[in-house]
Amino acid sequence: MKSGPTYQDVPGGVRLARLFAQREFQSQALFVIIVVVLVWGAIQVASENLAESSGKSGFAFLWQKAAFELGESLIPYSAGDTYFMAFVVGVLNTLKVAALGIVLSTFVGLIIALGQLSKSVVIARLCRGYVEVVRNVPLLLQLLFWHTFLLRGLPTVRQALSPVEGVYFTNRGLYLLSPVAEPSFWVVMLALLGGIALAVGLRIWHRKTNAEFTLWPWGLSIAILPAIAAIYFAGAPISWDIPHLSGFNFKGGLTITPEFTAMLLGLSLYTGAFNAEIIRAGILGVPKGQVEAGFSLGLHPGQVMRKIVLPQALRIIIPPISNSYLNLTKESSLGVAIGYPEVVRVANITLAETSQSLECVSIIMLIYLILSLITSMILNLMNARTSREER
Amino acid sequence: MSNTIIPRLSWWQRLTAEFTRSPVSVMLNITAMLVLVLIAIPIVQWALIDAVWTGDSGDSCPPGSGACWAFIGSKLRLILFGRFPYDDQWRSLVGTVILVALVVISLNPIFWRKWLLPAWVAGLLSYGILMWGGVFGLSYVESSLWGGLPLTILLTVFGVAFGLVISVPLALGRQSKLPVFRLFSIVFVEAVRGVPLISVLFMASVLLPLILPDGFTPDGLGRVLIGLTLFLAAYMAEVLRGGLQAIPKGQYEACRSLGIAYWPMMLKVILPQAFETVLPAMVNLFIGALKGTSLVVIVAMMDLLGAAQAALADPKWIGFYVETYVFAGIIYALMCGSISWYGRQTERSLRDMREQSNDR
Repeated sequence: MKSGPTYQDVPGGVRLARLFAQREFQSQALFVIIVVVLVWGAIQVASENLAESSGKSGFAFLWQKAAFELGESLIPYSAGDTYFMAFVVGVLNTLKVAALGIVLSTFVGLIIALGQLSKSVVIARLCRGYVEVVRNVPLLLQLLFWHTFLLRGLPTVRQALSPVEGVYFTNRGLYLLSPVAEPSFWVVMLALLGGIALAVGLRIWHRKTNAEFTLWPWGLSIAILPAIAAIYFAGAPISWDIPHLSGFNFKGGLTITPEFTAMLLGLSLYTGAFNAEIIRAGILGVPKGQVEAGFSLGLHPGQVMRKIVLPQALRIIIPPISNSYLNLTKESSLGVAIGYPEVVRVANITLAETSQSLECVSIIMLIYLILSLITSMILNLMNARTSREER
Repeated sequence: MSNTIIPRLSWWQRLTAEFTRSPVSVMLNITAMLVLVLIAIPIVQWALIDAVWTGDSGDSCPPGSGACWAFIGSKLRLILFGRFPYDDQWRSLVGTVILVALVVISLNPIFWRKWLLPAWVAGLLSYGILMWGGVFGLSYVESSLWGGLPLTILLTVFGVAFGLVISVPLALGRQSKLPVFRLFSIVFVEAVRGVPLISVLFMASVLLPLILPDGFTPDGLGRVLIGLTLFLAAYMAEVLRGGLQAIPKGQYEACRSLGIAYWPMMLKVILPQAFETVLPAMVNLFIGALKGTSLVVIVAMMDLLGAAQAALADPKWIGFYVETYVFAGIIYALMCGSISWYGRQTERSLRDMREQSNDR
């Protein structure tokens, strides 16, 4: 933005006049003016429209009582709690499905990626086909399919499908046995922690003296033995709460709703296909010479994988896969279509009840923006840790 | 281009060579084939052998029989065209064919000739006439009745087209030295990319009627299209920025030394190269856009997925959701697949063109 020499002794007024005469300055000023006028006009119209519909605006409604139940919640919630609490439940549900989805989709991606790199051309083609098909069908369609399948394809509670004792698949949800902590739970946990601490301590001490101390079998047995002794003397740390039929439904155990199952299935299978491509590219991105060099140094395959291939592949994988995780988190918003009570679903019900439409949509956007910012901050940190130190 | 001396094997030779690469791979292949056959038999049984092909209500497909394609047959027009008036559905079909033909032609650089612009004007005009009607004896069909596959294609094509147009100033703004434009672009792009598409669609359908004076408010379709366009524009701007960054500085300097001004330089030198670089990423975005249009179901519009859902609601036919979703899924997969195929073709022909011009 240089326009001739500007000296300190040029009077301020002249400098200002020169600034105004620049085209860059004029175009920016014009843009600002247009934006301000548009926003001002929009606010004027909006306030008129709001006055007509006599709607109250603002976020005060968050402290009113919500009249709806939500299908599932990580914290106690029932109709009659505030809308704010409902939104908290929504955020937690979003985080729950996103966190589990990230883990599962990585797992799916890894399996499919390894399948694509498999020695068998048939397996490779099959995995390739999976990626091509799943990536090209809208996630929403897949979610609707899984949800309908879980509601209509599974048997009723009375004829529940039970692959193993204590696990029931029904059209009302999946019922699993759940662990319950017994009084001896903490004793055993303490013993286990002590054992691990002992093993780690021994290992450090041995390393100092350069003595051989292998994880298998010595380290592991030292870590586990105290816990086994504790179980022997104090009794089993956990018991299983087995779901049982009572009336029209199962009681006890762990209930997983069809909505959650459908979300988790759909998100993991869909994002898994994208992750597979990312992981495959990462593994292929490590030069072959690196592996050969590792072998010629006498490392065995596990060491080559752990110490040579993985660290370098991760460097390629982490940036795109973090993007994929962010996408998964945002796509969990499709839960609204199948009734999984995540943020958008909660906002949608609230919107229908209070007609505070603008506020509800703003809350959704704000929450996702914050989630995106936090996630990308964490992933940037991780990326900084794994990226190569440039010479 | 391909002047390698390695003899080209037929696909069958290549396949058998790969199949028998090593004893381990032969064993793995045979096991995988066996598993595949075991899985495929019941699927073929269901989809073809036991399938019911004709019938006019759910009774023709008793439980225990295979796929009920009779259901798809009887609901085909509903799934494909939504609530568009039954007797006028040919208009929606012809219009969509014209639109798709225009897009396919315009994507190939060979057809970038002077007649393309008038072709677009004529095509869009006839598209509008066919869809809306109200002239030449065609009955008027309001846009809320448009649906099915034509709606999906309409949203994709116009969302992508308008999105591209808006993405250019956004990408340039983000690269700009002028702080106001840069700040605006960064805030817009990052804010939109940070939120899910569905919230943008909600925002468009909630905010637009509120901030626009009465009489200027677009209808449901217009609102959804605006939301989709802004969403896509942010992503495209980010992709385009990558392309702009890949342009060597020498290109800018060459333009400046030839005395070419900013806009001609951008439009004729920088942007064409940038678009070429980011073509694969853009094609992925187009596929994403096509899949993203299915979200309009949530704001109560009847695109392909919405029409399929509507077909499922018929009490005469209960429980044929697998057939319906498989059918809709195949259509989506075919469309996305052909976009990516066409993208690869265009990429190749662009590369060939470039190499030819380099040879000269």
